[in-house]
Amino acid sequence: MKVFQVVLFIFLIVCAISVSFSKNLLNSIIIFMSYSLIMSIIWILLESPDLAITEAAVGAGITSILFFVTLKKIHAIVAVEHDEEKAGHHRHDRKGGAK
Amino acid sequence: MSRLLSEQEYRKTKAFKVKRWYRGDKDPYIGRVELRPQKPFEEDVNTQKKRIHDEAILQRNIYDIEHNRKLMMFSKFYKVISVLFVFTLIGILLYMVSYLPPVGNAANPDNNEVATKYIEDAMKDTGAVNIVTGMILDYRAFDTLGESNVLFIATCTVLILLRVDSRSKKKEEEENDRLYEPKNDIILQKVAFFLVPMIIIFGIYVILNGHLSPGGGFSGGAIIGSGLILYVNAFGFKKIERFFTQKTYKWICFVALLFYCLAKTYSFYCGAHHLETGIPLGTPGDILSSGLILPLNICVGMVVACTMYAFYAMFRKGGF
Amino acid sequence: MGGNLLANYGEAVAMILFGIGFSNLLLQKNLIKKIIGLNIMDTATYLFLAEKGYIAGRVAPIVVDNVTSVEAYINPVPSGLVLTGIVVSVSVTALMLSLTIRLYRRYHTLDMDEISTMLKKEDQ
Repeated sequence: MKVFQVVLFIFLIVCAISVSFSKNLLNSIIIFMSYSLIMSIIWILLESPDLAITEAAVGAGITSILFFVTLKKIHAIVAVEHDEEKAGHHRHDRKGGAK
Repeated sequence: MSRLLSEQEYRKTKAFKVKRWYRGDKDPYIGRVELRPQKPFEEDVNTQKKRIHDEAILQRNIYDIEHNRKLMMFSKFYKVISVLFVFTLIGILLYMVSYLPPVGNAANPDNNEVATKYIEDAMKDTGAVNIVTGMILDYRAFDTLGESNVLFIATCTVLILLRVDSRSKKKEEEENDRLYEPKNDIILQKVAFFLVPMIIIFGIYVILNGHLSPGGGFSGGAIIGSGLILYVNAFGFKKIERFFTQKTYKWICFVALLFYCLAKTYSFYCGAHHLETGIPLGTPGDILSSGLILPLNICVGMVVACTMYAFYAMFRKGGF
Repeated sequence: MGGNLLANYGEAVAMILFGIGFSNLLLQKNLIKKIIGLNIMDTATYLFLAEKGYIAGRVAPIVVDNVTSVEAYINPVPSGLVLTGIVVSVSVTALMLSLTIRLYRRYHTLDMDEISTMLKKEDQ
């Protein structure tokens, strides 16, 4: 069981570091979601099932959904701008937030 | 009129002002508080040219770091200093951890008489089998009341920040929102048709069994909220507005928080748990046991479920 | 250096995660990544608290067979504290994300440096 816990901790650190270094925002949010799931497994190992069930529902579920919706809001605005560009409004292409 | 005061004197009293404020005749903020709405992002040809020009200058002067010695120095300095700072912080914290007592030892100083008291008396005092639930909803219930209020206030703030007022803009926003998204996706709808009832029933199970098994108001509420979000994703906002609107949200939150306050006032009035509250605790392990904990769990669950759905709806289309 | 660093490997991991989250806050320019960094710092603190409450060989604080002796269960106090913290952290995240959306609507970028330069220019 101790080995399992150590492996999960290593996963946790790898996830946290790769969140910072991933170029794509969508990737980093998905990695953060898996980080929360690993965290909830660790909490079962630490004998706190209350925390595990709350983290799985709130951290991995709701928080990631909110991040995704924010990302979609930002992508959607960029897409509309491109449409306008096609329609002849010569709008200067700005750097979108989706990088 | 049998008023003792004359009309002019009555106008000076507090009661009149409160009544006027209640009726909404006069907004006390107008003329006293600086209210300035945020300007929308609009531009004509001149400002657009100026902006492009500005951006070129920006690119040349600020983002062209290789030719701007000062900025280059600063950004390098900042990066080096922050990395050094973070490593020093981690080092200090690890040094501290190496002096902490070993994890998992029962003789550690944090396993003191508080934990002993909770474990030994929780079932007798509160009737809850799950000691954590008995602790957060009975011994430390004020804490949980504050937490529910934090959720409610966060929703209000998100509503202030993201609300869309005019009707035409609202429509535009809604169309914009589902622009690149398949509507009425048959696979999603069929899956949601089977999954949503199960998710919501599981959430209700977690809430109702909060004092018997792991879980409780928060996790169950979050599960129900994610069920509602799946429903919205599959069937659209029109379907959910048949049974869940802003009014429903307002009433559910109001009633739940009010009931929470009243229940806790009653139990503190009766001397927390030491005196008889008149509410039978029942046999521990039954679903109808542990006094006030079950209704309080239901209240917290309702607030959390509605809040989670409200966050989602507000992010999607600025109001619901 | 005390001798308990290897025995306390869970707490050590919590501290390292705290540092990683803090470096995200300091070094990332993207606002969403900053928010993720703050969330990582949150979970690191919760992990530290949960490790403090753990006692080896004991089970979760749910009473089984009417056994209410201290030797049977772990410390329930950190669990209650962390439960409160998780729910507060999700409302903080929602608040910050809505502020991010507002900033994006106004400035059409998520880069913190660009936003601050534009702000400076607006003030002039």
